[in-house]
Amino acid sequence: MITFTEVTKRYPSGYEALKKVNFHVKRGEMVFLTGHSGAGKTTLLRLISMIERQTGGQIVVNGQTLSRITNTQIPYLRRNVGMIFQEHRLLFDRTVFDNVALPLVIAGFRPPEIQRRVRAALDKVGLLQKERSYPITLSGGQQQRVGIARAVVNKPPILLADEPTGNLDPALSKEIMKLFIEFNQVGVTVLIASHALSLIKSLGYRTLILQQGELIGDTYPST
Amino acid sequence: MAIAHSNSRKSKATLSQRHRLQSWFSQHVDCFFSSFQQLLHTPLASLMTVAVLGIALALPASLYLLLENVQQVSQDWDSTAQISLFLKPKISSDQAKILADTLYQRQEIKSIRLISQDEALNEYKTLSGFSDALKVMENNPLPAVLVIQPTESISPDANQALYDSVSKLPEVETAQFDMRWLNRLYAMMEIAKRGILVLAGLFASGVLLIIGNTIRLTIYNRREEIEVVKLLGATDVFIRRPFLYSGFWYGFLGGIMAWLVVNLSFWWLQTPVRQLATLYHSQFELIMLDIFAGMVLLIGGAFLGIVGALLAVGRHLKEIQPR
Repeated sequence: MITFTEVTKRYPSGYEALKKVNFHVKRGEMVFLTGHSGAGKTTLLRLISMIERQTGGQIVVNGQTLSRITNTQIPYLRRNVGMIFQEHRLLFDRTVFDNVALPLVIAGFRPPEIQRRVRAALDKVGLLQKERSYPITLSGGQQQRVGIARAVVNKPPILLADEPTGNLDPALSKEIMKLFIEFNQVGVTVLIASHALSLIKSLGYRTLILQQGELIGDTYPST
Repeated sequence: MAIAHSNSRKSKATLSQRHRLQSWFSQHVDCFFSSFQQLLHTPLASLMTVAVLGIALALPASLYLLLENVQQVSQDWDSTAQISLFLKPKISSDQAKILADTLYQRQEIKSIRLISQDEALNEYKTLSGFSDALKVMENNPLPAVLVIQPTESISPDANQALYDSVSKLPEVETAQFDMRWLNRLYAMMEIAKRGILVLAGLFASGVLLIIGNTIRLTIYNRREEIEVVKLLGATDVFIRRPFLYSGFWYGFLGGIMAWLVVNLSFWWLQTPVRQLATLYHSQFELIMLDIFAGMVLLIGGAFLGIVGALLAVGRHLKEIQPR
């Protein structure tokens, strides 16, 4: 589903954020990406969602070679990649419902279908009763769940999460991770960047370890 | 079986096309209303922008209307344009009559009046108050005069041509075109017309800049939103759309404002103008903006709004890339 071959990202300043990274994530797999801050986790996710382009090597996502994607095609690629951010990035002048509906509105769904899918997604993250609230009235954990509902509402085959539990306490973090596991169980490929090592370990999934832009570890849980 | 299968696929494809068209249409309708609501969120700021646009559009529009009115007035004067032919002294009154009859055959001439030497003298005596002085003179020094009234429908150019041809007649000493100043007025109005066009162009670019700048500020205020929808897979067309509709609304409302300003000020002028016209025994009525001109103002305003927004959006949306 996601294949990196000798991928390098070098910034104009000469700084190399990623150095010849190789890995392959299979369809329906759930993988953690870990490492210290500045190790290149975020950069790696930004390359997959084409917020930035790699300067070397090849990336294939969902069968598409990213270097061949033109700028006008990027929006359509992103509709297949659900993204979750540490700082949630919700729109505070819109209700929870309207926030979650945004990807569907962008993709041109019709109102009845939008209503049905948004309700389903909010129900899934346990916030159906909050659909008319504004994000500012929600707790950090609830805001993150709204962010997750927004990422999954148009059923993308791939989910990317960048430090989704960064600001949350351990109990809430565990709940959020449980949500990701549930999505993975219905066939979604999930890639989560996180430095919550003990939590990752306790969950028992494949983990990629980055250090100063190099992939130094690819560990599978011992069965 | 295979045929049925391909048929069902085909109908599915047209269905999704129809679906796409429907959702495209409903997105436009949504944008149309939500961008108007967006303006209402900041009523005072929007009103100020619309007022500035209204004034900018009202200035050339009222100048244009003023010119229309001047043209209307001068058309009335046009019918009073006369050519006076002063005949040579040796031409007898019979010869003058024959000349008048021949000239009357010409199409450009509506009517012709002969003022004989005697009539001219009598008129002069009664009107000038120099009757005693004239008694001293042995001969009547005044020439016979033919007063030509050209047909109303002919243009100033044709008037001029008529004047040129009759002034060259051998019987004519001098010819006077009483309304030569009218031609000068026409020439001046032609200049004014072009001046107004230039002015309208300048104000139109002003409107473009104002709307462009307003939209630019809106774009920066909604930077975070733009970044987020880009991350969620929004195309540039989708992101651009609400801003174009905002531009449309600014321009359209500015057009309405301009229409109100122009018509209110001309309405305010109407009574004194009517009074003045009565003093001149004229039926003249001020022309207001008609429906057509009003439409031009509204559509023109809306068009300028969309173009201004396009200019701003094209430049600034590219700068905003998701972080």
